Amino acid sequence: MLSAVPISWFLTLSAVLFALGVAGFLFRRNIITVFMSIELMLNAVNLSFVTFSYHYKSVDGHLFTFFVMVVAAAEAAVGLAIILTVFKNRGTLNIDDVDSMKN
Amino acid sequence: MPANFGFNPTDLTRFLPEMLLAIFGTFLMVLDPILHKRASYAFGHLTILGLLAALGGSLVAYNRAGPAFGGMLVIDGYGTFFRVLVIAVGILTVLPSYRFLARQEAETSEYHALLLFSIAGQCLMVVANDLIMVFIGLEISSIASYVMAGYLRDDKRNNESALKYFLLGSFATGFFLYGVALIYGATGSVNLSTVRAQVLQQNAEPVLLAVAAALMFVGLGFKVSAAPFQIWAPDVYQGAPTPISGFLSAGPKAAAFAVFLRIFFTAFEPIGARWEPLVWGAALLSMCVGNFAALLQTNVKRMLAYSSIAHAGYVLVAITARSDDGAAALMFYMAAYAFMNIGAFAAVAYLSGKGDRFVNIEDFKGLAKKQPMAAGLFTIFLLSLIGVPLTGGFFGKFYIFRAALESHLVWLTVLGLLNSAVAAYYYLRILVMMYMHEPSEAAEAVEPLTTGLRLALVLPALGTLVLGIFPNWVLEFAGKSANIIR
Repeated sequence: MLSAVPISWFLTLSAVLFALGVAGFLFRRNIITVFMSIELMLNAVNLSFVTFSYHYKSVDGHLFTFFVMVVAAAEAAVGLAIILTVFKNRGTLNIDDVDSMKN
Repeated sequence: MPANFGFNPTDLTRFLPEMLLAIFGTFLMVLDPILHKRASYAFGHLTILGLLAALGGSLVAYNRAGPAFGGMLVIDGYGTFFRVLVIAVGILTVLPSYRFLARQEAETSEYHALLLFSIAGQCLMVVANDLIMVFIGLEISSIASYVMAGYLRDDKRNNESALKYFLLGSFATGFFLYGVALIYGATGSVNLSTVRAQVLQQNAEPVLLAVAAALMFVGLGFKVSAAPFQIWAPDVYQGAPTPISGFLSAGPKAAAFAVFLRIFFTAFEPIGARWEPLVWGAALLSMCVGNFAALLQTNVKRMLAYSSIAHAGYVLVAITARSDDGAAALMFYMAAYAFMNIGAFAAVAYLSGKGDRFVNIEDFKGLAKKQPMAAGLFTIFLLSLIGVPLTGGFFGKFYIFRAALESHLVWLTVLGLLNSAVAAYYYLRILVMMYMHEPSEAAEAVEPLTTGLRLALVLPALGTLVLGIFPNWVLEFAGKSANIIR
């Protein structure tokens, strides 16, 4: 039963997932992994939305979740294409090697 | 009784600019295989036509001002001001692009289509009164801009610019969204007016609300390139195609600031005393980081990027003021800033040559001797960026710091003014290069001004001067519209 699990557990899980995403973004060096960390952050947010939606018995949060998923898909399409061009031009996916513009 | 679907034809009129931009953008993409290469200027002409149509559309929409789609959008003076501003930025981006794209042999319709989509997103953002719409608009604008930053696919710097813009932009979106989720959790709504009402009635969970405000501040701070979230801006602006750098530093930034102000002046206004120190700190840090880092730059694009961070700091001072005068000052400053910055980038685009060969400060040596008109117009933009009287930049700073003083932000004002003095140094350095040196290789190689480029330099210069000589025209409207619908 869902009601047996307190709301705060879902929210904590969501916060932990979000923090993991942020940590992954900051500390991982592979561009694809960094991108996956961003997706993790977005999904952590989705979990929060669904939880609050359940709490308020309203559909606004569910709606928002759908929008987030659609936008994340669009972002993935563009993002992977950008990552592909970077790989084509440089032959590396290490984020530290993509750094040609400092003075 | 006929079923009521809640459909209101007036809503469509209020949504006209976004519809027109989307239609023109799609049309351009369809047209690409038909027109390909035979009429390379046709894409640019059509884009300008589309933008002018959208400009008319925003004025029509303003005539029917009011909420649309059940309060999702609010078409008010404030939103219309920014709609017109981002559309004007679009026109000023297309003009230098004619020559730029021809030089790179990269004239396709997708460049222009993406520009239109990005502006459609920004138009949506600035009239949104519901966080769903803010989010959708923000993403339409951002995703199109990511692609534009990396438009020249085979150029290493363009790739890098697009990658950094994309990664940090999405990262910021994550923070913004988490903020939205917590607002929804705290108040049970994502409509800004409802959220405000809930906060005023103290129905909102205070801890959740404070965390939400902080997260949204981080997300929007990234988008407006305010310190300490500015790290992406120098690399992105330096690497992107120069007309696009100008666009990124003006259009998306103006829209992001419009949203920033709308959210923090409506939903979070009741807890203003709690977020004021955050914005205060970010304003000061942005001014210092931007100005002092700009002193060290030799690449003009990178220097302008740091200068745009500093200008974001000045605008944050207006938000810190937490008053209608501050809002009006922000509107005026964004207009002045858009003109002078996009003009400065157009001047750099003019000189830079194929593949950004000439973007160093040394390359501006002796430009005044070879191209006095271009150098003169660039001078106007630089003087305005410094904040010299008779330019828009001067009155922009003046109104911002006046609003800050009225809100008793004496220290911030003093430190801000000292910062402007530091900033004068690096802008003047370019002037010295242009007027007091013998022509360099770049100035010798520079081509005569084409019509598009001439317009790209003259129109923003006119805008800068009009704002500097007749500031009241814009300020009156800004003052009237600053009292945004809550």
